[in-house]
Amino acid sequence: MSVDKSTVAKIARLARIHVDEARQEAIADELNGILAWIAELDEVNTDNVEPLASVTGHSLPMREDVVTDGGYVDDVLANAPESASGFFVVPKVVE
Amino acid sequence: MQDLLALSAVEARAALDAKDISSVELTSAYIQAAEDTASLNSYVLLTADKALDMASDADKRMAAGNGGVLEGLPIGVKDMFCTKGVASTACSKILDGFTPVYESTVTANMWAQGGVMLGKLNCDEFAMGSANETSFAGPVINPWDAGDGVDLVPGGSSGGSASSVAARSALLSVGTDTGGSIRQPASFCGIVGLKPTYGRCSRWGIVAFASSLDQAGPFSRDVADNALLLSAMASHDAKDSTSAATPLQDVVAAVNAGVKGMKIGIPREYRMDGMDSDVEKLWQQGQEWLKDAGAELVDISLPHTKYALPAYYIIAPAEASSNLARYDGVRYGNRIEADSLDEMYGLTRAEGFGDEVQRRIMIGTYVLSAGYYDAYYLKAQRVRRLIKNDFDEAFTTVDAILTPATPSAAFPVGRKVDDPVINYLNDVFTVPANLAGLPGMSVPAGFNQAGLPLGLQVLAKPFDEASIYKVGKVIEDSAAISSMPQRMAGGA
Repeated sequence: MSVDKSTVAKIARLARIHVDEARQEAIADELNGILAWIAELDEVNTDNVEPLASVTGHSLPMREDVVTDGGYVDDVLANAPESASGFFVVPKVVE
Repeated sequence: MQDLLALSAVEARAALDAKDISSVELTSAYIQAAEDTASLNSYVLLTADKALDMASDADKRMAAGNGGVLEGLPIGVKDMFCTKGVASTACSKILDGFTPVYESTVTANMWAQGGVMLGKLNCDEFAMGSANETSFAGPVINPWDAGDGVDLVPGGSSGGSASSVAARSALLSVGTDTGGSIRQPASFCGIVGLKPTYGRCSRWGIVAFASSLDQAGPFSRDVADNALLLSAMASHDAKDSTSAATPLQDVVAAVNAGVKGMKIGIPREYRMDGMDSDVEKLWQQGQEWLKDAGAELVDISLPHTKYALPAYYIIAPAEASSNLARYDGVRYGNRIEADSLDEMYGLTRAEGFGDEVQRRIMIGTYVLSAGYYDAYYLKAQRVRRLIKNDFDEAFTTVDAILTPATPSAAFPVGRKVDDPVINYLNDVFTVPANLAGLPGMSVPAGFNQAGLPLGLQVLAKPFDEASIYKVGKVIEDSAAISSMPQRMAGGA
């Protein structure tokens, strides 16, 4: 599995990171270097091994589905690049 | 002033209790020390006024007989922790100027015990790095050098946390460790750094990198100070669903308990080809010390060790790509204006994230993308289980494990590395503990031939930090290190 320019463009789009076309080739090389190293894992027999997502060994705690905190509109908006009338402002998304 | 900086945290706490010194005096000395060592770039923000206010409050509480565990002790905080009303940027341009309206649980715990915040400490951008060279605030300099005037890295990602404690511009500090970011810089700077068990300290209010691996921990000059700080940091926190309800052991008492009768595992897979001979010698020496102190050495095998690093470089970037999706220029941080929302996201993130962070987001996005998820991400999670199983098996026969902390001592700032994988290899000895969720500590044990510090790593079972402190203290006493870094506050 190797990454080419078009894959870089696709990943960049998924990650929402703008990448100039001129840099795609270099990034592909870098990613391929890392992926080639990672491929070492193919040597390991993982048949019948359950994936491990969390080491805690306990299931996540449950609680009542009730509001426990909130009501801080000003705090929530305090660091917004742009806000108005209690909302975050973004470029127009609906024509 | 030199006398104040020479006190350990335990000594300073006793001197405060005895009214020999005040917190304002102690804190003032550290503020001066931070200013005197500004060229190391350890701090991204020195909060001198806040520190003096907190110190003055601490003095009042002590006068009333209400001193906490950390009462009056000046502490530096890695810029990964959100601190209320104080800029917290993860040393990234994308969070430049971000000022949280809340306090992380770990720092809140420290302030509740009377700790005094000195300021925010430099680190790799979003804690991604092993040399503190990816920081938007510029590199940190290690207070140690080889006597040739070449600036060395402090390690990373908690480079400022390590360099400040080593240079005595902080009495204690806190950092975070996702793949070695506390233990590796502690080794490079000749101080003590502990990554607690996953779940020991709450992750709430800490900028997330890889949530199944991230853990906050203490830096200190010696083992006893480290246990003191951990005892104030740790707590069960309903705001972090992975935080553990298991109570912390009496780690402060464990420090002087000794290792008589303990079984210490020596994993043969950590003896790597082409290993630095100074590192290998020191590891041998550490084994002798523990044996002399009454421990029994046990040869153990952790067969999947060599796969830990590649598995980590799938899992950590995958989690990072998800965690860092929140930096979109909408709710906080820098925004690059554009006509469309998508364009705004793309430009904001391209401009705001540095090269290493972008690289890891790209890798993470790729290994999670349709068609590759099973081959990379699930494969890595299966290998992660095998690595954890190795440790589980080993801990049926041993109480702790001794390994080198790092494959080498500190290297020069700005060394040219074309292959990112070379940088990743710094964490070869530390990453397995993160994957398995184990506590691990780097304790200063000696020096390489160039006179640069090297640490040994002690690992233990989950929630058995006490065993680590017992072993660490024996290494510290046996090594009896008296040399000091060249660029230290109050030094020559």
